[in-house]
Amino acid sequence: MSLETVPEEIADESVGISPSFDEVEPESDEAPESKPNFVQRFIESKKPTKDTPKNFLKAFWPPVLGIVVFLVLWAVLAPRVETSLGELPGPVEVLQAGGDLYDEYQASNEAKAEFVRTAPAGTIYTGPPTFLDQILTSLRTVGFGFLIATLIAVPVGLLSGLSDTFQRAINPLVQIFRPVSPVAWLPIVTYIVSAVVTGDDPFLAKSFINAAMVVTLCSLWPTLLNTAVGAQSVDKDLLNVGEVLRLTPIQKLRQLILPSALPYIFTGMRISLGIGWMVLIAAELLAQNPGLGKFVWDEFQGGSSESIARIMFSVFVIGFIGFILDRLMGVAEKFVRASQGV
Amino acid sequence: MNVPSIASQTGTTDLVDITSDDNEPKHAGDSQKLRCAGVKKTFKGAGGGPAVEALSGVDLYVRDNELVSLLGTSGCGKSTLLNIIGGLETASEGLVEVDGEQVVGPGPDRGMVFQNYSLFPWKSVRKNISFGLEVAGWGKSDRVERVNDLLGVVGLSEFAEALPRELSGGMRQRVAIARALAPEPDILLLDEPFGALDAHTRRSLQEFLLTLWQRTRVTILMVTHDVDEAIYLSQRLYVMQSHPGRIAEEIEVPFGESRGPMVKRDQRFLDLRDSIEDQLR
Repeated sequence: MSLETVPEEIADESVGISPSFDEVEPESDEAPESKPNFVQRFIESKKPTKDTPKNFLKAFWPPVLGIVVFLVLWAVLAPRVETSLGELPGPVEVLQAGGDLYDEYQASNEAKAEFVRTAPAGTIYTGPPTFLDQILTSLRTVGFGFLIATLIAVPVGLLSGLSDTFQRAINPLVQIFRPVSPVAWLPIVTYIVSAVVTGDDPFLAKSFINAAMVVTLCSLWPTLLNTAVGAQSVDKDLLNVGEVLRLTPIQKLRQLILPSALPYIFTGMRISLGIGWMVLIAAELLAQNPGLGKFVWDEFQGGSSESIARIMFSVFVIGFIGFILDRLMGVAEKFVRASQGV
Repeated sequence: MNVPSIASQTGTTDLVDITSDDNEPKHAGDSQKLRCAGVKKTFKGAGGGPAVEALSGVDLYVRDNELVSLLGTSGCGKSTLLNIIGGLETASEGLVEVDGEQVVGPGPDRGMVFQNYSLFPWKSVRKNISFGLEVAGWGKSDRVERVNDLLGVVGLSEFAEALPRELSGGMRQRVAIARALAPEPDILLLDEPFGALDAHTRRSLQEFLLTLWQRTRVTILMVTHDVDEAIYLSQRLYVMQSHPGRIAEEIEVPFGESRGPMVKRDQRFLDLRDSIEDQLR
């Protein structure tokens, strides 16, 4: 085409004719000369605005004050509640319970090392799981359940976002199943898993699958619904551009729909992970999956004088891990979005 | 429908090949690049109401290397007509031909530019322009060369690696034009290309488009509601009216191909503008 024959200087002239584009369009001044790569952009997005000590203080005194007020109120009010197991523990007792759990973990590790040294080869250590073991079990359970949920929810969500018929077909089911509590799912899941899973793999114990499937069933929905909204949100003109370029359905999905839907998918996944972690405790508690939920349940059943403090400590641990998981999802989202430029 | 073929109507079968490599400046030839014959579009009435006739039998043509405007108020069906030519919508009746071949769907031979830029927000300027070539199966070195040429043509070489959101509206629209030009289309279809821009940027992009057209000789059909813009840029324009959408008048613009902003003070320009505005009122 004749375009190819346009020499560079003429091309430049074509810009020169219009009175300096920079003057005309003020925003263009801000435009960078070259695109920073996504790692730089990611790091940039993580930088606080100004890192002076004054700003630091300004930003941090409200949360610190909130925590201090909470601890003081707790310490003052807790001793006034007389339970069957004695006074409700205050912050100090709960911290001590945490220390005790750590000691138990150390002791158990030593016992395990001792066992490995003395026992004949081939035998498996069967001591009680430590608190840390239980945390890891819980993380594994949620990770597995959440993974399955995501693998189901994203394709189904995309499909329902792209096909009105499919959306209308599954909408009633989604609306009905979405509000169901994990406690109601568990018995059904237990029966199904017992019927389907027959293997004796220690990594895929039935209690583990039960808890993970309950996590899946409860954390499916936010990702599914958000993905559907994301797939619908693709700019109409952009789809027209895709038509003009005659994209194949696969190219359309990969180049138009997925990038447009990505922020929505991540929002959904973040909510899903939060819900998954939340329902895990209930699921484990009933499924007897050896994680944090079971720990809480066992302490409750055991009812020793330290139990309340230990349960309270695990509440903080559960909350803290949930917070970390949410943050990790946020970081993952920023990273993926920076790498895709969306 | 029984429509005579474009060749028998114009009496020529060998259309000018704009992909040829000769460096001769090309002028609007007699050959028709685009032809619409009796294009009708009827929308079903909402809720079983009477059908709405958006376009009632539009006939128009665009010659090779010509810049033509479709001018009309909102709702006159000019965008619908452009979408039918682009293949994004289908006509209820009638025929659209590009180079004598009937249009049956969208394709890169009719590059489209929309009012709201519609760039891929996650692709750099370079990749936005290059993407269509990639899809069309161009080799890598051809792609790079073509994109670099176009970046020069639209004056955005420095911004090749920027993302669309880092650019101003005018710059984005220049990227969109470059993207539409990339696969060497037979005709460029512009749908209110400067409608989302402020008055100042709009004027400078009009200059830009005029220069681009003068240099590249690409055939352009542009939809606009701006009378001054239509007269200033086009060689010929069609005035459309609504209810039902139809072409009311075809006007040859009495200015040469290289025209400057001074043309806007020419008495013929002012008279033409007044008469068109009377018609649109």
